Amino acid sequence: MIIRYLALILICQLIGETVNVATGLPVPGPVIGMAILFCGLLLRRGLPEGLKDTAGGLLKHLALLFVPAGVGVMLHVPRLADEWWPVFLAIVPGTLIAIVITALAVEYLGRGTLKDEDRV
Amino acid sequence: MTAPDLAQIWVYLAQKPLTGLTLTLCAYVAGDWLYEKSGRHPLLNPVPIAIALIAGLLWATDIPYRDYFEGAQFVHFLLGPATVALAVPLYQQLETLKKSGPALLAGVLLGSATAAGTAYGFAYLGGASTETLLSIAPKSVTAPIAMGIAEQLGGLPSLTAVLVILTGITGAVFGPLALNLARVRDWRARGLALGVASHGIGTSRALQVNAVAGAFAGLAMGLNGLATAILIPLIFALFR
Repeated sequence: MIIRYLALILICQLIGETVNVATGLPVPGPVIGMAILFCGLLLRRGLPEGLKDTAGGLLKHLALLFVPAGVGVMLHVPRLADEWWPVFLAIVPGTLIAIVITALAVEYLGRGTLKDEDRV
Repeated sequence: MTAPDLAQIWVYLAQKPLTGLTLTLCAYVAGDWLYEKSGRHPLLNPVPIAIALIAGLLWATDIPYRDYFEGAQFVHFLLGPATVALAVPLYQQLETLKKSGPALLAGVLLGSATAAGTAYGFAYLGGASTETLLSIAPKSVTAPIAMGIAEQLGGLPSLTAVLVILTGITGAVFGPLALNLARVRDWRARGLALGVASHGIGTSRALQVNAVAGAFAGLAMGLNGLATAILIPLIFALFR
């Protein structure tokens, strides 16, 4: 984790948040920040080793970052108990149907450009 | 001086940010240990394990979520920088992404519509209340975007955060099994589908399994966030 690149990432996020507030776009600041960093890399035509390490460090345990919000399930136990059936339908079959339909469509549309190393 | 009893110490510590932060990391380490022990079996995803451990402990010791979050917010905060950092794997897979451009964009739009459509439609058929319906519509989008969308629609952002995470866990845990059943063998398609329908938790799983799948998942998550953030409020505005 190199401080210089951590600062760069935070600056991109800060610009993103500023754009979000200033324009009222429905797109959150961090996503705009991601677009800014991506455009920066395209213009620079190269990825600094330190940025690769810093981003890798943040992303290695991306899932951990969802734990605090997930514990918030405690606050919604009464509602989830009352409405468990619609919530279950939307989340389990809903999500899995979306995954399978999307994957089948992309596999079909991308059949012409599939390389062997991209196959399971 | 009499020794303070353990309960008093716990009450004191529970209000310190250090406790919530330590608890979050320890619970995740425990979950991750089980996950690695099992050879990264999708059913033993570290996120639900950590959430269950922490929620169980807080519930058993009567500690309010607000006190826990005082410490856990430091981990929560990193979601923003991590989202920005997704630009890096995207850039690394630029060539693959360019080659699959049209399939990719079509897949994201289809996935975005299917995920939001099944979420709203199934919850509606199951008889959900209006508040729950408005909170569940953006469930496949990454948490910060989904919470913003829910707020705009008139749902409950904190409920949306929980539904988003339950969706992410479902996708990461059962998504790979569903994709195996459907015999999808293209890593690009598998990654993209996980990213579209189960955002960062699905992307995290994809990144661990295959670099191409990870990059497609990250891109799909970002593009789906954009597409949903623009489309859902528009669609709701039209039908209101």
